Amino acid sequence: MAKEKLFKGGEFLITDALPEEIFTPEDFTSEQKMIAQSAEEFGQGELDTRWEELGVLDPDLIKSLLKKAADLDFLGAEMPEIYGGAGLDKVSSSLITEHLSRGTSGFFVSYGVQTGIGSLPLVLFGSPEQKKKYLPKLASAEMIGAYALTEPQHGSDALGAETTAVLSEDGKYYVLNGQKQFISNAGFADLFITYAQVDGTQFTSFIVERQWEGVSVDAEEEKMGVHGSSTRAVIFKDVKVPVENVLGEVGRGHVVALNTLNIGRYKLGAGTVGGAKLLIAEAVKYAKGRIQFGKPICEFGLIKHKIAEMVIRTYVNESMVYRTARLLDLALEGIDPTSEEAGKKTGEALRKYALECSINKVFGSEMLDFVADECVQIMGGYGYIKGNPVETAYRDSRINRIWEGTNEINRLLIVDLLMRAGLKGELPLLDTIKKLTEELLTFRPSMETAEGVLEEERKMVSMAKKIALLSAGASVQKYMQKLAGEQEIVALIADMIIEIFAMESALLRALKKLQKEGEEKARIHVAATRAYINDAFPKVDLMARQVFAAISEGEELRTQLMGLRKLARYTPINAIALRREIAESIVPVARYHLTRI
Amino acid sequence: MNVVVCVKRVPMTQEVDLEIDASKKDVSKDMLAYVLNEWDNYAVEEAIQIVEKFGGAVTAVTVGSEDDEEVLRRCLAMGAEKAIRVDPGDLSLDGFVISKILAEVIKGLEYDLVLTGVQADDDNYGIVGSMLAEHLGIARAAVVNHVDIEGDEANIKVELEGGVDEVLKIRFPALLSIQTGINEPRYVSIMGIRKAAKKELQVLPVTDLGLSEDDLSARTVVEEVFLPPETEGAEIIEGDAATVAEEILRIMKEKGVSV
Repeated sequence: MAKEKLFKGGEFLITDALPEEIFTPEDFTSEQKMIAQSAEEFGQGELDTRWEELGVLDPDLIKSLLKKAADLDFLGAEMPEIYGGAGLDKVSSSLITEHLSRGTSGFFVSYGVQTGIGSLPLVLFGSPEQKKKYLPKLASAEMIGAYALTEPQHGSDALGAETTAVLSEDGKYYVLNGQKQFISNAGFADLFITYAQVDGTQFTSFIVERQWEGVSVDAEEEKMGVHGSSTRAVIFKDVKVPVENVLGEVGRGHVVALNTLNIGRYKLGAGTVGGAKLLIAEAVKYAKGRIQFGKPICEFGLIKHKIAEMVIRTYVNESMVYRTARLLDLALEGIDPTSEEAGKKTGEALRKYALECSINKVFGSEMLDFVADECVQIMGGYGYIKGNPVETAYRDSRINRIWEGTNEINRLLIVDLLMRAGLKGELPLLDTIKKLTEELLTFRPSMETAEGVLEEERKMVSMAKKIALLSAGASVQKYMQKLAGEQEIVALIADMIIEIFAMESALLRALKKLQKEGEEKARIHVAATRAYINDAFPKVDLMARQVFAAISEGEELRTQLMGLRKLARYTPINAIALRREIAESIVPVARYHLTRI
Repeated sequence: MNVVVCVKRVPMTQEVDLEIDASKKDVSKDMLAYVLNEWDNYAVEEAIQIVEKFGGAVTAVTVGSEDDEEVLRRCLAMGAEKAIRVDPGDLSLDGFVISKILAEVIKGLEYDLVLTGVQADDDNYGIVGSMLAEHLGIARAAVVNHVDIEGDEANIKVELEGGVDEVLKIRFPALLSIQTGINEPRYVSIMGIRKAAKKELQVLPVTDLGLSEDDLSARTVVEEVFLPPETEGAEIIEGDAATVAEEILRIMKEKGVSV
């Protein structure tokens, strides 16, 4: 495999990477493609065929399908081989997630929990004994996992949990009391990874078995979507948890909780790519068959626009997810999964990319919401009728912006992580911003359009980074430590960062394809990238103006806006023509066609 | 019991509006996804089930380019022991040439059974199996939907027209063209894929087989490929299922179809 570069977390914001330095879906190895094909076949054969049944909660069906998935090693994909897993890389495991996320909530919620938040805390932080005891059973679906963090009064503020854990007099067990809310898989889970306060303040993670006395679940929640999945409250009443079931260290539960969510977040992005691809196929098939005014609606400009935009955003999301997955793989290289330190080292390595993980979560969840919404729109009244998979997808998609940390929390986190990296000296942020401010005084924007395919876009992405850094720098200067309190500004900065990662991931992917396979084969990749950047760049400019307008006034504001104008120069392109070209390329094949597995 | 399975990688064309390429002799395949030919998938599964029951090994063979190795790796991941790809270079291939190449490769292998799919999803010729049996000089049965092995022979069911099955006894070595539905092809597991990476995938240039120029001369050449011209008289009925059904009934009655 070609060696991509191990960038630091958040480094994309200050460094312009080269195409060969990042991983793209065109770089999938033949083994990774086979794994993806296998998951795709399983999805088509076992899940698509049961679309209706899986839309209604049926624990026996879910368990039998998880068992089948386990037999193909899908559940233990990311677990070490010595504990019954397959020890796969993150690119491969993301491919499995992508191809198993296909509109059948009964499966994808359970599968997501089982392979993600329900087992990863053990993979990352479990002691060898804990891993040996539980992981093989989770890998084989003998046990179903669940993750019980949220409480009725503590959602985003999870670390303030009220559930208590009191050490017994003989020091052999903790007594847990409290309630957890909205727990996926709760109805049939055998194992809960949960959290409680030891001595009132020491937030700690515990492994709790369902069969223990005092563990009970409340009634099924009636939800807006994901109707095939189980969601209940979990109640702990004087539950005796042996001390050997403390996960990680007492008082260090936040480390377990936050690192687990990181992985869950970028993988959510892999799931949204899968969901979007299926919806695109549905939308195109419909648009080809629906005749209005004497022709298929896919021939109308506004429908072409919708189809193209769905493809573009999916392409961007996909480029981001696999770039991130490979980055994580590079960061994890050299860690011996059998060593005592493996979990801790893994957690540390992953923590450094929490920023990218949050970006994937926010972008992916909003992308899928957009795609589902447009899919309903293309189908018109038919898309609004129950029983149409698109109607279900529209409701199901909505949860992604809420779970694994709301998109609001993730936006705040993106900026917080960046600031911390800057303060700790992990990223030379302050120096970069200082240099930039000086440069800007004498900076003369080039009046000429850059020559060459995607060269103008390359320049725009580079400029967008400068714009975001200047806005962030000015905001920090104004509010210093109190910036976190200015949530609206923080969110604007986060959105600029998200757009930059999005634009650049698509840009580098298209450039890499272009360099390797030439202009004709990269035609739609280039069109999608250009159309995306043409829209995203002015958005970054607008957000920067909003930031400056909020933090400055008078002469200072005028100077800032003048600087911004120099950086934000761009010439709009004919994105309507590009979108038509993209739509016309996908209509004949009636499925997302930019990635081959 | 050693089984050789002949497989082919084909483009997936469901839901696709095919376009004719510039040569006018093929469809444009740039945007198409590829898979193991469906019939061959059943043949591979049948072969693996046979060796799982009676011992021996499965060898998968294809004639094609490096891209076609993808389906061989899949066969290895399903449980085949060995795979062979014959690289035809620039040779123009038809059923005859492919069957000649396959025969030459298979002659050098130890085998009791040769399995092929009934046909390939791309051109639907369905002739390689029969020609191959002829070149090998072995018994052959086509459209097989059941195989029951006893010693050096097998009781097989062959699908005839009109839903009739014929039961045959066939003596090994033999070639069977396998029909879809004969079994339930397995999914490929991650461990299977891992194991496949360590198995032998042999590549033979066609020039190493020592076939004569005549053997390698295609007997059929595609002159032109075209899409059927659009005809008049089609009517698209819109509405929900009940309305559509009623309308169809009305038309059928109107045209004098007894219902």
